[in-house]
Amino acid sequence: MFRSDSQKLTLILLLTPFLLWIFLLIVLPQLGIFYISLREKVGPRQYELGLANYIDFVNEPIYWNTLLRTASFSILVTALALLVGFPIAYYIAKIARKRSRAALFLLCLIPLWVSDLVRAFGWIVLLRETGIISGFLQWTGLISGPVELLYNDVTVVIGLVYTVILFMIVPLVSTLNGMDNALLEAGYNLGGTRLTVLRRIVVPYAMPGIIAGCIIVFMLTAGSYLTPILLGGKNSMWFTEQIYDQFITRYNWESGATFGILLLAFTSLVVWLGLRLSGQNLASTVAKD
Amino acid sequence: MFDLQCDGVTKRFGRLTAVDDVSFDIPSGSFFSILGPSGCGKTTLMRMIAGFERPDAGDIQIKGKSVLSVPPNRRNVKMVFQHLALFPMMNVGENIAYGLRCRGESKAEIARKVAAVLQRIALPDVADKEISQLSGGQKQRIAIARCMVLEPDVLLLDEPLGALDLKLREQMKIELKLLQHQFDTTFLYITHDQSEALVMSDNVAVMNAGRFEQIGSPQELYHTPKSGFVAGFVGDSNRWHGRLTEVSEGLAKVEIEGGGAMVTTLGDRSAKVGASVDVFVRPEAISLDAKDDGNRLEGTVDSLLFNGANSRVLVRTKDGNLVEVGHAIMDNTTAINPGDSVAIGWPHGRGLCFGAAG
Repeated sequence: MFRSDSQKLTLILLLTPFLLWIFLLIVLPQLGIFYISLREKVGPRQYELGLANYIDFVNEPIYWNTLLRTASFSILVTALALLVGFPIAYYIAKIARKRSRAALFLLCLIPLWVSDLVRAFGWIVLLRETGIISGFLQWTGLISGPVELLYNDVTVVIGLVYTVILFMIVPLVSTLNGMDNALLEAGYNLGGTRLTVLRRIVVPYAMPGIIAGCIIVFMLTAGSYLTPILLGGKNSMWFTEQIYDQFITRYNWESGATFGILLLAFTSLVVWLGLRLSGQNLASTVAKD
Repeated sequence: MFDLQCDGVTKRFGRLTAVDDVSFDIPSGSFFSILGPSGCGKTTLMRMIAGFERPDAGDIQIKGKSVLSVPPNRRNVKMVFQHLALFPMMNVGENIAYGLRCRGESKAEIARKVAAVLQRIALPDVADKEISQLSGGQKQRIAIARCMVLEPDVLLLDEPLGALDLKLREQMKIELKLLQHQFDTTFLYITHDQSEALVMSDNVAVMNAGRFEQIGSPQELYHTPKSGFVAGFVGDSNRWHGRLTEVSEGLAKVEIEGGGAMVTTLGDRSAKVGASVDVFVRPEAISLDAKDDGNRLEGTVDSLLFNGANSRVLVRTKDGNLVEVGHAIMDNTTAINPGDSVAIGWPHGRGLCFGAAG
């Protein structure tokens, strides 16, 4: 009797901060945002409940074009991060020697020591018209005048991949670490080529890690603000920029809240579609032993 | 015709020689075991045959053709891994079909072969099951079927019974032997468990520190070991250390450290009088009622170890050694109790002596 009571108390004490955090800092604000998004302004300080903000969004192509652009760029960034991150993760988990493994892993973490903002400015120092790369290319004589490498889509994508790739590598390394090398050897032994072993053994085995990494990277990219603004400038057309504009520049909270809800709904939809297409479910991805 | 031949195969890792000049031939359709303690190089040898390691010297031939330049996925040698390495993301049928699909066989052909091999291992209805739904023994058979469906020249087995519990292991020993007969394929089996090697094999190679100590049938290894290591490693033995004092007609007189002398067969002919030797005597050669014309030791019964037909009496001799005496009948008809004084003995010539290592 006493035991079960004390167990209950422990559970309550342990769960309380977590539940408070979830409820007060995540659920409640989102509910507030959702409520604001449903308010129509009919006059000064006069509001009615309605879907006018959502209808505005649909009627203004620049809004949903920005959202689609953000989503497709985020998918591209996720795919690139996977393509670049997988070989790195595979090297760390399977090819590198045990001793150098930790060092390599740490090396991947080092960029996190520097704040996002400073890293983005670092890129600016490299890529701007008077920057290091432009200067170097002029010095070698490959180009005659200064070249502006900032403020284009390629730079934004590269910058985003660089910012998020770590979050792809970490889950991949941990799943690949759990894979017995004998599975690979069995794959070769039974007649598989490198490609067959990769396609039929390594990738299916790493699938939970791939999905987890893709979800994290996609969400981070779609919700990122600093990198696209600083590297893409005014042309970046990132959806978070629209949200910022509505809230801060135009002081139109109703519209900003609507955009926020739409971003959440749209990215969730993309993740759901991705899970459906890859035949995975969230439970098997997250709750992997 | 030999399915597998190794000629002077050597493998070094840095300064360590893992496999040192190993040569052997395995006739077609036989069950060959490599028996040795862990770290003796047997797994390295097997990995070289499978193609995962390259020998530094020597040649490996399968069906008479050297395979040194053939990559592992093109060698017709299949391997059952220590932890089986069944693919967890595929079901049983897909696991077995994997190799066939790699070969690019047609769907109908694959389905027919998978069904046929499952029939042969007496698990006809498991094709749609997940690997995690199988029992230990079933997984074992699936791992073998996955290799056998490809009709390999040689099947390598790397201690596949190690992970099973004792009861199942005993059962699988017999089953493996039956499977080998049924498929009529050459099996190369690696183990550190001498009973597995002795029960299943046509021939056994005993390996120690990278070298083959002896190759022979299980009976030969047991009854006429050629080195002290084999005598000590294969089967149970009592062991004494002593000095060789006299050799005549193949019999050797050994003066035992701590007093006493015994007459044994001289195991290695090169041992000279005066050399330091080890004497090995099987427990079943020793009896509790010593005859006058044999080796004889006085002692007291220390304890009785009952194990059915393998029962033993532990006798502590005057010099403090514990001697295992085979004593199959322990049904209270013969009254032996701990503390009794006994004279144990065995005929001259039973037991072997070898030059002591080191």
